[in-house]
Amino acid sequence: MSAGTLAKPAMRGLLGKRLRFHLAVAFTLSLAAAAGFKFSVTEPRKQAYAEFYKNYDAMKEFEAMREAGVFQSVRPKGQ
Amino acid sequence: MLSSRAAVRGLQLFTWRSLSTSTCVQEAHGKEVATSSIDCSQPQYNDRLDTPLPDIPYVTKFNNEQSKLKEKEKGPWTQLTKEEKLALYHLSHRQTFAEMKKGSSEWKTVVGGLFFFLGFTGLVIWWQRVFVFGKPPHTLSEEWVAMQTQRMIDMRVNPISGFSSEWDYNTKQWKK
Repeated sequence: MSAGTLAKPAMRGLLGKRLRFHLAVAFTLSLAAAAGFKFSVTEPRKQAYAEFYKNYDAMKEFEAMREAGVFQSVRPKGQ
Repeated sequence: MLSSRAAVRGLQLFTWRSLSTSTCVQEAHGKEVATSSIDCSQPQYNDRLDTPLPDIPYVTKFNNEQSKLKEKEKGPWTQLTKEEKLALYHLSHRQTFAEMKKGSSEWKTVVGGLFFFLGFTGLVIWWQRVFVFGKPPHTLSEEWVAMQTQRMIDMRVNPISGFSSEWDYNTKQWKK
């Protein structure tokens, strides 16, 4: 047999210990996922929209689209 | 007609279950195989991780030296050598926990069969492409798709972060 005796293993609190550990991990990972999504998706998207509408001239865009002939209600100016 | 019936019967007898549980395939996978029939009215020996103490010992009929070992077991266990203790364990149990937990090579057969049948399906679909399918719709032709793309750009489809945001309206080409 082995030279010394083995240490007595943990008999109680096993579920509690596991839950405490995994709760911390779950919270951390969830916060990280939310922060990652915010800074990689929502912030760039808000920036893109702000940039697009900063110097947006709706009438100019409308005239360009009219000339291209995509509307049914107004034809290009020549016709 | 008779030959096709025989072929169907042969196919019915050949099922995956009969192949996967056949002793030759199991032994190829490295699993242990039972060779004799069992009497279900008596307690059975079992090697299971979740019930570690079987109902009966593995060896019940001892030869001479095994009987001597069993007699010695009735005395103080400190007098047993390590080999004798291991021999007693192997008398009461067929497999050790290490042997029980060892995996098999079945996954290789499963994955191999998977790829084989995927390949076969690919060949079937290729044959269908050549001999069964009709022509693709005209709206998928090069000219139509070019006209379609130009119209999407003219309509400013998704101009902020989507389709038309990749088009440079000043130089009339895709952004680099």
